[in-house]
Amino acid sequence: MPPAAPRSPIEVVRRQPPASRARIGGRVVATDDGADVRLGDGASGGGTALVHDVTGTLEVRCSPVPLLGSWVVCEGLWDGMRLIETACRVVSVPDGPFPRPGGDFAWAHAEGGRRLRNLLGRAAVLRAIRAFFDQRAFTEVETPLAVPSPGLDLHLDALEVVGAGAPRWLGTSPEYQMKRLLAAGLPRIYQIGRCFRRGELGQRHHPEFTMLEWYRSFAGMQEVMRDTEELVAHVARSLHDGATVVPAREGLLDLTPPWERLTLAEAFDRYAGTRLDDALASEEHFFRLLTERVEPQLGRGRPTFLTGWPASMASLARLDPQQPGIAERVEAFVDGMELSNGFSELIDAQEQRARLLRDQRERAALGKEVYPIDERFLDALSEGIPPSGGNALGVDRLVMLVLRAAHIDDVVAIPPARL
Amino acid sequence: MYETSDIRKNVKLKIDGNPYVVVDFQFVKPGKGQAFTRVKMKNMITGNVLERTYKSGERLEKADMEERQMTYLYPEGEDYVFMDSQSYDQVRLSAEQLGENKFYLLDNLPVSILFYDGTPIGVTPPIFIELQVVETEPGFKGDTSGNIQKPCTLSTGLKTTVPLFVNQDEWIKVDTRTGEYVERVKK
Repeated sequence: MPPAAPRSPIEVVRRQPPASRARIGGRVVATDDGADVRLGDGASGGGTALVHDVTGTLEVRCSPVPLLGSWVVCEGLWDGMRLIETACRVVSVPDGPFPRPGGDFAWAHAEGGRRLRNLLGRAAVLRAIRAFFDQRAFTEVETPLAVPSPGLDLHLDALEVVGAGAPRWLGTSPEYQMKRLLAAGLPRIYQIGRCFRRGELGQRHHPEFTMLEWYRSFAGMQEVMRDTEELVAHVARSLHDGATVVPAREGLLDLTPPWERLTLAEAFDRYAGTRLDDALASEEHFFRLLTERVEPQLGRGRPTFLTGWPASMASLARLDPQQPGIAERVEAFVDGMELSNGFSELIDAQEQRARLLRDQRERAALGKEVYPIDERFLDALSEGIPPSGGNALGVDRLVMLVLRAAHIDDVVAIPPARL
Repeated sequence: MYETSDIRKNVKLKIDGNPYVVVDFQFVKPGKGQAFTRVKMKNMITGNVLERTYKSGERLEKADMEERQMTYLYPEGEDYVFMDSQSYDQVRLSAEQLGENKFYLLDNLPVSILFYDGTPIGVTPPIFIELQVVETEPGFKGDTSGNIQKPCTLSTGLKTTVPLFVNQDEWIKVDTRTGEYVERVKK
């Protein structure tokens, strides 16, 4: 279990026996000048303020009643329901009406404070991820965000860093640097960090997002799948009192391992109405069918691992020694949403260089910016890394999944449109 | 021309020669795959809904739309005649093109006429207009809450509902976007 979140002052007060003295700090979110007869406690000349801190609100009887929106430190007598005979010290007062329309308070507290609660849930997810990997003797690492090559994937565009003194981009994934750490001698590593992908903005995409990436030496795709299903089940249990069955878009989603394993060819037969080989005749046609027909059906009721990717889409995965036309790459889908992409890692430096050169040519042919090859990454491969499995998982999407949020905007501290 | 990244709700596109307004859109992209924008849009003439998926970066034609302030003159046969008060140009719209809006056409009402490629395709009346109740059950004096409504017919033929306290021959303000009663007005 992840360590519990620290309790807020209001929670501490609620556990105190009545007639004890208590002190809280928070924001006045509602006031009543005392005309309300429901209180009926005979107190006169005072009123009620509803004071909010992160986990809830507490009723405070005081005189005078502080201005709506003020930040206050209150000291009073806990009567088991509220603070009475309270002295409120106002420490900050809003300049203008409260809450400010379109302001941060209004945004976080809209719809009953759902977004504020989601941020607490997000913190719990991060704690659960760290607990999972720490228990399995993985080392948490942090690699640089501004890197000499952001990755050469044909369909990923990077943000350039200006003024770095050398060509630098914000990484689209920490893959090169993490593999260098495998070569450096760390056999099990994980990282929770920011990745940047230009032009990606939608219900499940932000140009800046949080990625969990991990590598396990002496392992491959099979171990990656086991780590993934156990991790997600662990996170769900941590947030749902031990339950691994969570609400989905329609009905329920059972995250209990083992998850379904499906090849791309099987998925196309089942959902696309076209055979995979025919779909692959055109890359655009393939991705249209994948996004329109196949993906929405994957991982419903129970998550799905999609395997059997053609060698042409191997990315940084090694090819299956038994079937060289197939890459050892796996994507996890949960409730119609792609959650992770992992490989049995390609560790052959020559083959890796050939693929990066091909990626550069393809980018050039499409008129896209051609990023440099990261030579230190290739050096690490040629110096030798152990056979390894690795996976990259979208943390924002995992948070959306376990908190049942439909939009990525609702699970991040500040969405791009509010910057 | 628009690019897929310009797509927003209410953007107007020309698709196969017809004007469409975007009602919803979604950015979709497999992590390692090509990006698309899925667009749901409504034909501005027929109201039919169309869904298309565009490759990111694909260029889309803008619908050439223009709004002109005009005045409603009179009905003529199946048509309704409007005039540009500056140029004195006259245009006609059919009852079908007007839809529910034909119930808001008062003589000399200033309206906004929507043109697509130079052809008038629709009208937007002012948001609030005042109409007389020509038929409804007698009112109940005591009720002023407005919570309970009764059916009524207005001077232009529009059928809607009003609170119980509204009487026949009285005037009311109507929201032309919804056709609903707003408040009673003294005339």
